[in-house]
Amino acid sequence: MLAVLMLGGLLGATLVRLAPGYGTDEEELDSRLSQQSIEALRKAQDRDENLARFYAHYLARLARGDLGESRTLHEPVRQLLAERFPETLKSVGLGLALGWAAGLGLAIMAVMSRRGIADLAAGLAASVLLCIPAAVLALLFVIVQAPGRLVIGLIVFPNIFYYARNLLARAATMPHVLTARAKGLGSLRVLLRHILPVAAPQLLALAGVSVSLAFTAAIPVEVLCDLPGIGQLAWKAAMGRDLALLVNLTMIVTLITLVANSAADLAARPERMGEA
Amino acid sequence: MKWARRAAMVFLAAVFAASLLANYLAPASYAHQFRELPDAPPSSQHWLGTDDLGRDRYSRLLYGTRVSLLLAPAAALLSSLLAAAIGGAAGFLGGWVERCVMAATDLVLSLPWLFLLITVRALLPLNVPPIASVAITFALLGCLGWAAAARVVCADARALRGSGVILLARASGSGGLRLLCRHVVPNLKPVLLAQFWISIPVFILTEANLSILGLGVAEPLPSWGSLLRELENFSTFSAQPWLFAPLILLVATVSCFHLALAKREDWA
Repeated sequence: MLAVLMLGGLLGATLVRLAPGYGTDEEELDSRLSQQSIEALRKAQDRDENLARFYAHYLARLARGDLGESRTLHEPVRQLLAERFPETLKSVGLGLALGWAAGLGLAIMAVMSRRGIADLAAGLAASVLLCIPAAVLALLFVIVQAPGRLVIGLIVFPNIFYYARNLLARAATMPHVLTARAKGLGSLRVLLRHILPVAAPQLLALAGVSVSLAFTAAIPVEVLCDLPGIGQLAWKAAMGRDLALLVNLTMIVTLITLVANSAADLAARPERMGEA
Repeated sequence: MKWARRAAMVFLAAVFAASLLANYLAPASYAHQFRELPDAPPSSQHWLGTDDLGRDRYSRLLYGTRVSLLLAPAAALLSSLLAAAIGGAAGFLGGWVERCVMAATDLVLSLPWLFLLITVRALLPLNVPPIASVAITFALLGCLGWAAAARVVCADARALRGSGVILLARASGSGGLRLLCRHVVPNLKPVLLAQFWISIPVFILTEANLSILGLGVAEPLPSWGSLLRELENFSTFSAQPWLFAPLILLVATVSCFHLALAKREDWA
């Protein structure tokens, strides 16, 4: 995980260093500045001309907890993150809870009810949601003045539903489940004791993936619903070509998704070993 | 469900044909402004009315469909080719090549898709001519969307490496490029075709997200995403339901791709 993150950091630093316009300062356009002052400004920018040195400086600053300063917002990146991260965590947390509750709940209902209508209705809703861009859903929520945070849940829901339904349906046809049913076990007991444990490792893996999905949806949702989180900050950084801020944000979100994936993997491991 | 798949294919073919024939079907150019008719409601001249600049919405929808529906498959083709080259080489060669490629794939997949896209998009100039904005948007989608497909292709190529077909081909003296062209690529074709087909709706939706955020196709060139930006004008929601025409077309098209995809997966 650390290697992937270091590689990501190097990639991010390379992108910033090689981006057109790197090393130039708007101040250079000030006609009141003398040639010597302009030269001094350029010299200050030349410090990080070498990519390796640039990355080393970046890592050294990172080790001290210094993420640099936003070029467009003129504030330390660390402070911006501290201000905006709780908002995104709230949106993503709520979205994940909603998406999982609806997705898994309807998947269980579709598999256990054995009535095609429940499966059809939930499948239809998931299919439609899968075909609507997150930004359009956010716009529609703005139009009807509904809480924008719910959009993240609607983006997560169809993916969870389809995957969980397929997993549970496969588990429900396994011989030990059929035997349990034949012996007269109740539906709830069959689900909790025989179906869910079989599907659990893959569902846990899906939990990691859904975190990435929720963070992706956070950008259009926060921009269009005016929620001051890191998705909106990333968009502002992109529009202002504030690459240092954007790369730091991307790195942090990557770290979160990597941790989520690794945690899901670790949680699923005992289950898989149990299966083996 | 065979009839549903057939209907989906027919619908896709019809939309595709309409977009190709936009020059003949559209009453005006996508940029032509009817200055005397801004924000006009639907009429016999302007089937979907005009926008705030007096441009015919129906014409813009046809041209926008052409942009989205021609370039999303082009981007999907690019990403599938990259996936074939990267994943195929990694799976077939194995060893450290495979390990390095898989680490790179892990990295790309761990980056949330839209964060990655807007980061790379922000590296490139934002004020570019409309045609350049279209090329940049779809080239980015093609260049960055290879990772998931590469993983699948790599797994298939790895399985192929140890298969009897390849063993026999090697034993009969095939090697290098011949082995790759005659035996590996044809065997990877079904999985590549499935990955190509899967990528199209994903890229259509991503372009729409990017364009709504102002990082996609630039005005005056229309795309489904840039047309959907009109929904931001929500005060007119109740009075102008025709603003939803691009959304309905997008949802119908992406649904049809999903339906047709089920068939492709069966083929694979």
